[in-house]
Amino acid sequence: MGLDAIVLILVATVAASVPLILAALGELVVEKSGVLNLGVEGMMAVGAIVAFAVAVETQQLSLAALAGALAGALMSLIFAFITLTLMANQVATGLALTLFGTGLSAFLGLKYTSVALDGAKAMTIPILSDIPVLGKLLFSYNGFVYFAVLVFLAISWFLYRSRAGLVLRAIGESPSSAHALGASVIKVRYLAVLFGGAMAGLAGAYLSTAYTPLWAEGMIAGRGWIALALVVFATWRPARVLIGALLFGGVTIAQFHVQGIGIEIPAQFLSMLPYLATILVLVVISRDAGLIRLNAPASLGQPFHKQGH
Amino acid sequence: MKQNKLIAAIKGLLGAALLVGMASTAQAADPVKVGFVYVSPVGDAGWTYQHDLGRKALEEKFGDKIKVKFVDGVPEGAEAERVIRELAADGSKMVFATSFGFMNPTLKVAKAFPDVAFNHATGYKTADNVGIYNARFYEGRYLAGMIAGGMTKTNILGDVAAFPIPEVIQGINAYTRGALAVNPNIKMKVVWVNSWFDPGREREAAVALMDQGADVITHHTDSTAVVAAAEEKGKYAVAYNSDMSKYGAKAQLTAVTHHWEKFYTDEVQKVLDGNWKPGNVWGGIKEGMVSLAKISDDVPADLKAKVEQATKDIAEGKLHPFAGPVLDQDGAEKVPAGKNMDDEALAKMDFYVKGVEGKLPK
Amino acid sequence: MSLHLEPRLQPSKVMAYLSPVIAISLTLFVGVLLFTALGKSPAAAFHAFFIKPIDNWYGFGELLIKASPLALIALGLSVGFRANIWNIGAEGQLIVGAIAAGGVALALHETAAWWVLPLMFIAGALGGMLWAAIPAWLRTRFNANEILVSLMLVYVANLLLSWLIHGPWRDPDGYGFPQSLVFSDAAMLPILLAGTRTHAGVLITLVALVVAYVFFRWSLMAFKMNVTGLAPRAAAYAGFNQKRMIWIGLLTGGTAAGLAGTSEIAGPIGQLLIPVSPGYGFSAIIVAFVGRLNPIGIFLASLLMALLYLGGEAGQMQLSLPSSVSSVFQGLLLFFLLATDVLINYRLRWS
Repeated sequence: MGLDAIVLILVATVAASVPLILAALGELVVEKSGVLNLGVEGMMAVGAIVAFAVAVETQQLSLAALAGALAGALMSLIFAFITLTLMANQVATGLALTLFGTGLSAFLGLKYTSVALDGAKAMTIPILSDIPVLGKLLFSYNGFVYFAVLVFLAISWFLYRSRAGLVLRAIGESPSSAHALGASVIKVRYLAVLFGGAMAGLAGAYLSTAYTPLWAEGMIAGRGWIALALVVFATWRPARVLIGALLFGGVTIAQFHVQGIGIEIPAQFLSMLPYLATILVLVVISRDAGLIRLNAPASLGQPFHKQGH
Repeated sequence: MKQNKLIAAIKGLLGAALLVGMASTAQAADPVKVGFVYVSPVGDAGWTYQHDLGRKALEEKFGDKIKVKFVDGVPEGAEAERVIRELAADGSKMVFATSFGFMNPTLKVAKAFPDVAFNHATGYKTADNVGIYNARFYEGRYLAGMIAGGMTKTNILGDVAAFPIPEVIQGINAYTRGALAVNPNIKMKVVWVNSWFDPGREREAAVALMDQGADVITHHTDSTAVVAAAEEKGKYAVAYNSDMSKYGAKAQLTAVTHHWEKFYTDEVQKVLDGNWKPGNVWGGIKEGMVSLAKISDDVPADLKAKVEQATKDIAEGKLHPFAGPVLDQDGAEKVPAGKNMDDEALAKMDFYVKGVEGKLPK
Repeated sequence: MSLHLEPRLQPSKVMAYLSPVIAISLTLFVGVLLFTALGKSPAAAFHAFFIKPIDNWYGFGELLIKASPLALIALGLSVGFRANIWNIGAEGQLIVGAIAAGGVALALHETAAWWVLPLMFIAGALGGMLWAAIPAWLRTRFNANEILVSLMLVYVANLLLSWLIHGPWRDPDGYGFPQSLVFSDAAMLPILLAGTRTHAGVLITLVALVVAYVFFRWSLMAFKMNVTGLAPRAAAYAGFNQKRMIWIGLLTGGTAAGLAGTSEIAGPIGQLLIPVSPGYGFSAIIVAFVGRLNPIGIFLASLLMALLYLGGEAGQMQLSLPSSVSSVFQGLLLFFLLATDVLINYRLRWS
């Protein structure tokens, strides 16, 4: 396999991992605040159709991406209201959100299944894109890819270098102590959930307006669930989300390239790998109480009310 | 616009009144009811879309004489039996079950409704009131393969395939044989995505094939993503199920399309005439159940002429895509020279022919 | 935020009964808007959704066989949920249960003995249990979060089934299609109500309902688990064996899901194929919460959920409503049910 082939595989890997990176980074922030939103798949679906519809109607791809993010945020607002304000169970509400989102996206998309869209194009950057190998590897993507990198940098800074990030993590660890110290638990969690929804919506927008580009019912095809796995796989660290997403994406792409050269493993077993790897990572980080405390938000999934019970 | 909504609302209210109050009041000449069960949403291209074109053709031809109902997105498994049964119980005289997984449920329901005519697509079990129908997709594949073989510059063809079942393998092999008939230097690469419908994966597989040098790609999956990917990368594509030129105006060389319109109208006509009998239809180019969409202008005239000749020959039975000698990948003879592969062997195909690269997953 | 919640001193008995009524009313109200916007008469739509599916004997049977796996799994899950043990992988446990039971049915395909079916149910229960034992073991041994492990295992189970029916268990005479042999009659559940598909698997759910009721009402273990769920610190102080609860919570859910999977393949399906379940394992989680983890509530919630599924099909057939409308409708009802439950423990105040 020559250098060119490897570069092509890497470029395809990056493109495949972008929706995972966006959705998983969003969910990471949500989970860091102590909330578990299992509705990622549903939010991505709604983001995908709304972005696609806006792209078709206005031909403005950046407006479409914005609309997708907004739609995802609106979906997450339903979740936030029911779980944070009304304190319903997060697991059940998240599952209901996925059910609702997949249905709603199909319903909204009835008119748009027939439409072809000229999707987001790679942005060529003068000089940089023309560098041999590196130009192709680093500067041959559409706007979503660069945006994903920006989001990654912003989240890394926010979580570990900003005061607000510290508050968010403190709330995820112990909402009652954070509340006692004057933090507004519910408000911060609302913002985190909304951010997660926006990112999921954006991930959906990438799939429908840049990657495939088309709209069809069921097109998210489980990527929302992989994003959830990825957050755990990454032990709630942004940098590891990035690496994990590339790894997950890379496994798929590599599988397509090595198929047929006589590997006797059934495809189903290869497809199990990301899930098994996630379980393995979870076991490794969890067995040491110190290690899990460093990473997993302690209050994940538990409701909070000021007055307590 | 407003008026339309008002009329719709009034119609709806009237409908409700009818349902609640006078459901049994007979109308003039009752239309004959026909039901369709679809495995996926109708959408605008793909397997179910083609069946839905058939349903629309029914409505167009018979108008008030029939009343057609369909249920889409019906999962194979326990749900299918109920939907099929409800269509039968609703008074349908004929029910079309349009996916392989509906086979056993259809047979179960057919037993309970001996007076209803059932037709099941792509299956292999029949009964007194269950007919089966399928199309020889491989004939269209062979013709499309000729175009692909003639148009490739790299001599590498690619196919994004769903699952290694005979219908898909027939397609891969026929396409390869068609390509070899015009270009003995081609190699066929296959990537399995293990899903009938996942636009993201289909695209990834298509890109992987193009990255490996394939410059004409085709697919046996249900979305338009492969054609769109070829369009984006400036390569050629052969679409499947439906004409997808809308998604790849430059890329699409042709499309292997399915046509159920004639079969559906014929079957319903028989029900109306009262002489329906369960059949076992496996139609191809000749019956018009499979055809090629418009061939791209990029295809040179002499190649087009060859394809047109081959189309005629297949229709007349002079050319069989699996006419012997058929050799498998390792050169073993599967069909001797002078013979055509029989339908039984076709339906159970589980090997790659010579020219296909890689190993067939078992 | 102008909406303000004020805790009640005692959970409101009135609201316990009233909140589902409020939720259903809200859903119906949104439904009226939705159907009117679609140009359909709400009356006809509601008739299609809630009455048409069960206005006949067969439809009633369908309601039962759809509610049965939902209720059975939800009952099993509620045991763990009460103690804050979050098994959300019931779908995977159902699939592995079906694989185990299906394996027995296929191995004994030539055997026409009465014990084939009981053996399948034992295998199915063990299969589901085994799949739930993985998160239980990883949680008790390594402290790995059971929500995530059980969820990951759903996908692994599905791929395992896919491999089996594409590979070793594929019907050799099935023209290569990914399905197993059709089971022999000895491997099929008898029909309970003539003229319907209501099979004897429904009886298992009924027994489970009674057992769950008795267990929650009178057993010490259930009491301990309840305490653990409501006041973890008090439970730890009292020295309740947390690990034992995790095992019981997860294995009960897994067993129930395995039995449900067995009933599906030995009942309406009659062979192994994909899908063996239209997401019962996930829907059951919602059923468990909508039913407030209480056997009677779960029973009612499972009937409601089943009716919504059937209603979606009827809506398509009667009014050509798009199939997606039914999931939108389901999602709305679930949101409202989950949301209004807050009224039991809290009062709404605007300030």
